[in-house]
Amino acid sequence: MQLQTALHRRFRGDGGLEFVYVATSAAILGLDGDTAAIVDAFAVPGGRDDEAWLADRPDRAAASTALHDLIDLGVVRPVGEPAPPRAQLPPMPFPLATLVLNVTNKCNLSCTYCYEYGEDRLTAGTGSKGAGKPKMDDDTARQSIDFLLRSSGDRPQVSITFFGGETLLNFPAIRAAVEYAEATAAPLKKRVHYSLTTNATLLTDEVIDFLTQHRFGITISIDGAKEDQDRHRTFQKGVGSFDVVEPRIRKLLARNKERKGRTVGARVTLTSGAAPVPATYRYLTQELGFDEIGFAPVTAGLGREYALGEFGYQKLLREFGELAEDYVAAALRNEDHGFANLGDLLRELHQGVNKAHPCGAGLGLLGVSTEGDLNLCHRFVESKSHQVGTVATGVDEAVRTAFLQKAHVDQKTDCTQCFARPLCAGGCYHEAHVRYGDATHANLHYCEWIRGFVDLGLSVYGRILSRNPRFFARFETS
Amino acid sequence: MSNDPIDTGSTAGQPPRRPRIIACNQKARQLAAMVLAQRGEARALTQDPPPTQYPYGCTTIFAPGWEVDSGNGTHGLCQPIERDLYDCYHTCYWPAQVPDGVTNAPKWTMSCGAPVQDWKSLDLVFP
Repeated sequence: MQLQTALHRRFRGDGGLEFVYVATSAAILGLDGDTAAIVDAFAVPGGRDDEAWLADRPDRAAASTALHDLIDLGVVRPVGEPAPPRAQLPPMPFPLATLVLNVTNKCNLSCTYCYEYGEDRLTAGTGSKGAGKPKMDDDTARQSIDFLLRSSGDRPQVSITFFGGETLLNFPAIRAAVEYAEATAAPLKKRVHYSLTTNATLLTDEVIDFLTQHRFGITISIDGAKEDQDRHRTFQKGVGSFDVVEPRIRKLLARNKERKGRTVGARVTLTSGAAPVPATYRYLTQELGFDEIGFAPVTAGLGREYALGEFGYQKLLREFGELAEDYVAAALRNEDHGFANLGDLLRELHQGVNKAHPCGAGLGLLGVSTEGDLNLCHRFVESKSHQVGTVATGVDEAVRTAFLQKAHVDQKTDCTQCFARPLCAGGCYHEAHVRYGDATHANLHYCEWIRGFVDLGLSVYGRILSRNPRFFARFETS
Repeated sequence: MSNDPIDTGSTAGQPPRRPRIIACNQKARQLAAMVLAQRGEARALTQDPPPTQYPYGCTTIFAPGWEVDSGNGTHGLCQPIERDLYDCYHTCYWPAQVPDGVTNAPKWTMSCGAPVQDWKSLDLVFP
């Protein structure tokens, strides 16, 4: 019989340990020299005849047992085997877990790369005026909570994320939503988790007190030390925002620590010309005191000067590699490390996440516009093309299902031969919309980046697993 | 390498060892448990079993268990046994002298990542 190794990626740990990441199942298997040799021997175009291969083995019985173990585990499969039936969509209506409330589409900053106000915005508005109602009113905020609670099925916990614009420009709506959620969720025996993203310019003592009191998960958009922050994150007149945000961030972090709040994360947008990732990481964790840092390459249409470009991605991957060394060192001491991109990737690798869709948008997560329209996620809130309902009338299930069918990774033929598909599934809908004008298109412009990053994650996984496997216990789901 | 839970078995001078595959992440463990369960069912349905049978899982797919290896010997098995402690825990449905991680004690190993070094930190599990 003609056999071939399934879509996979091989990698090594320390001390010559061999591993394989099997992309069809997202399983990670440790191999010894003999099984590794089998995986490699059958990874040839068109496959290989098992009888002919076995006939050449000195210990045929052992080789045959090993080969059949690999066949049963789905690592080696018959050539031309009919593909397993396509994963169906989960039963609809899928219970909602997270609602992102865009409480305002106004912003007091004018970051030059912003997808809401810059050249790549989806909305019809101009400049910081945006489109639609500038602020969500308290009634819409409360209606959104009702919608979330009644759409969350039997989930014991739901999450509300506040977003903007600059989220804190509409602090009254946040307060109204939280107070209403506290009152309505308790009788339903549901816990509510709050989070918010802000540029930190409006973190007053009152706001800080409220956020820490309600145990918000807080993400602050900041690009690094003064020079990096001020390059793109400017007020409307072009003045940098660093000197305004820095003291407020310090205050928030101190108060949050005092109250033993949730982790506070920094979200860094990476553009061409930014400081090296490890330096930014060290500045934000050691100098400012953030718990974790997530780095996001800027979303950009073709030809933007701040876009990273191919060379920029290679440089970025090298810098991620440097910061990953710190992560490995911490993991070997069994300590957490705040490099959020890598931590998230390792969690998904360890759990063996195998995605049909790149993210929860449209599935467990929806975004609400200032006027109460429901959209795929917060990035699409003002785009009528991706509206899936309103908080008052609920989700239009036909529209939602049609989108999810079309966005399924099996529909993305570009992804069929990629080992990173269980993790990427074609990538961000919004990125694809900006780049290709089609949210369900695979993000082909960053394939090399994703594959490079997953390779980095696999090598880190192998190294930690070979020296301190108990580190991964923190990622296990029960 | 003595504290290494994944035994490469590459020590010079040791007799040749049978091939091994180790389920590393959670998905791989689920998959391995499924394969082992299917093999167990297939065996139970066999009317006229071959004369010698050993628990299929531990001794064929993964590191040799505590019983015997494929040649009915014990020579190549893991020593000390702490080194092999988790093999019956992680992936095996077979009743063994350790708690099983498949159904009854999924968090048993949380306190101990390298049993050769710190097996004393493993807790007792009461049925």
